[in-house]
Amino acid sequence: MSDAAEIQDAGFDDWIDAATAGEAYALECPNGHGSLPPRRVCPDCGSTELEEVPLPDTGEIETFTVTHVPTPAFADDAPYATAIADFGPVRITGQVVGIDLERVETGLEVELEITVSETTGDRVIGFSPV
Amino acid sequence: MSDVRVAGVGLTPFGNTPERTSRDLFAEASITAFEDSGVSRTDVDALLYGNFMGELAEHQGHQGPLMAEAAGVQAPATRYESACASSGAAVRDAVMRIRNGEDDVILVGGAERMTNLGTAGATEALAIAADDLWEVRAGMTFPGAYALMAQAYFAEYGGEHEDLAHIAVKNHENAMTNDKAQYQSAIEVSDVLEAPQVSTPLGLYDSCPISDGAAAIVLTSEAYADEHDLEAPVAITGTGQGGDRMALHDREYLARSPAAREAGAEAYADAGIDAADVDLAEVHDCFTIAEVLAIESLDLFPVGEGISAARDGRTTADGETPINLSGGLKAKGHPVGATGASQIAEVATLLAGDHPNSSFVEDATAGLAHNAGGTVASATVHVLEVVDR
Ligand SMILES: [Zn+2]
Repeated sequence: MSDAAEIQDAGFDDWIDAATAGEAYALECPNGHGSLPPRRVCPDCGSTELEEVPLPDTGEIETFTVTHVPTPAFADDAPYATAIADFGPVRITGQVVGIDLERVETGLEVELEITVSETTGDRVIGFSPV
Repeated sequence: MSDVRVAGVGLTPFGNTPERTSRDLFAEASITAFEDSGVSRTDVDALLYGNFMGELAEHQGHQGPLMAEAAGVQAPATRYESACASSGAAVRDAVMRIRNGEDDVILVGGAERMTNLGTAGATEALAIAADDLWEVRAGMTFPGAYALMAQAYFAEYGGEHEDLAHIAVKNHENAMTNDKAQYQSAIEVSDVLEAPQVSTPLGLYDSCPISDGAAAIVLTSEAYADEHDLEAPVAITGTGQGGDRMALHDREYLARSPAAREAGAEAYADAGIDAADVDLAEVHDCFTIAEVLAIESLDLFPVGEGISAARDGRTTADGETPINLSGGLKAKGHPVGATGASQIAEVATLLAGDHPNSSFVEDATAGLAHNAGGTVASATVHVLEVVDR
């Protein structure tokens, strides 16, 4: 289970590749509902016409926590901050990097930065302060 | 519509018994439930059984028929998996099958074996109730998810860790008389505030323990109860289920639980009562903040007021609406697959006057059981009422 790197997840891995290249995207239906891949159907309205739209360069932290008791896949990473950040069409969960944990706060402006787990070396969605 | 009677209930002690298999736990709970009910095993039409992490904890899938065997029941059996709402979902289907006239007697319940995994293993196993790609791989744990909700709640409605601490204190206090509870010990607000942090703002004492345990309930149709002259004064009169997006970040609200609201509204309408009629409730307090979100979603307290309800004594045993008189998940324990059925067993026992804490709710006629899965992507709510005393 912690061997996430062993498992190829088409759609998700592609998104991580894109985000690493600075080309993160959301999926959008004709009714303007945003969602994250992998997905064939808009979860809001059932439309099957999903289009990739670029994510804005920055997002804003809406809520966060500092985790001291991690799963084994992050044993050597703890303590670390997890946050939900608003990127316009979608919200994303990620780890806040490049900042002291005490300084993480709601409203903080961040950009995506794909990082790696110190424990497993697997790629992890990260947010770094702008 | 014909009532669905709670004929008998059985719970194992909830706690730390890593050597016990789930089949052993469920066998014990079912023996108690059958003895309590006076119903013959040969009359059982089906077993509906909740379990979440059987594959991870004991390398055991397909637990339905295994548990029918363990309970000595010759009947078709199905496992329900809906994370922490597994046996709540099983009870809901049992109620609907009996109402439909499909079955007269159903054994419903659940079990979970968790402590043999250790803290890290259980944390990992629980995490699979979240979205693996978008949450678990970002390092989100289960306490972490509820911590995100707690921070969002504080930011939107106010409140602080000390308010949450009063919830933990209350639930420990309630568990003191519950000999099935994992913790039968009092704690103080300072204990909660000074406990090691798990995921800020939640600490060790804001979190339910990792538990082993099982719950079983014998449900019958009203006709069967009458015909066999059963002593079954409590009925499940309302059932509801709600759903939401899997990942927390995909929800419209980060500090509310619409799935629980939907489940509650459906259960109230089904029973023909409203929140003001509820005398007591068992709600899914896997973390202290979860109790706040639950009592607000169930309309027992207005949105924004749930946070102070325990501190103000409104949800304590002697308060206007006692919440988690059993000790809740927090102090009674949370063997995931058993939890929903155990809550219903507690409400039935409280209403029947057979619970050590029944003295706090002597005139109670209606109770609520709220069971949530994941970060409340699933929720079931049941209304129980005294129909024959
Ligand atoms: Zn749409």
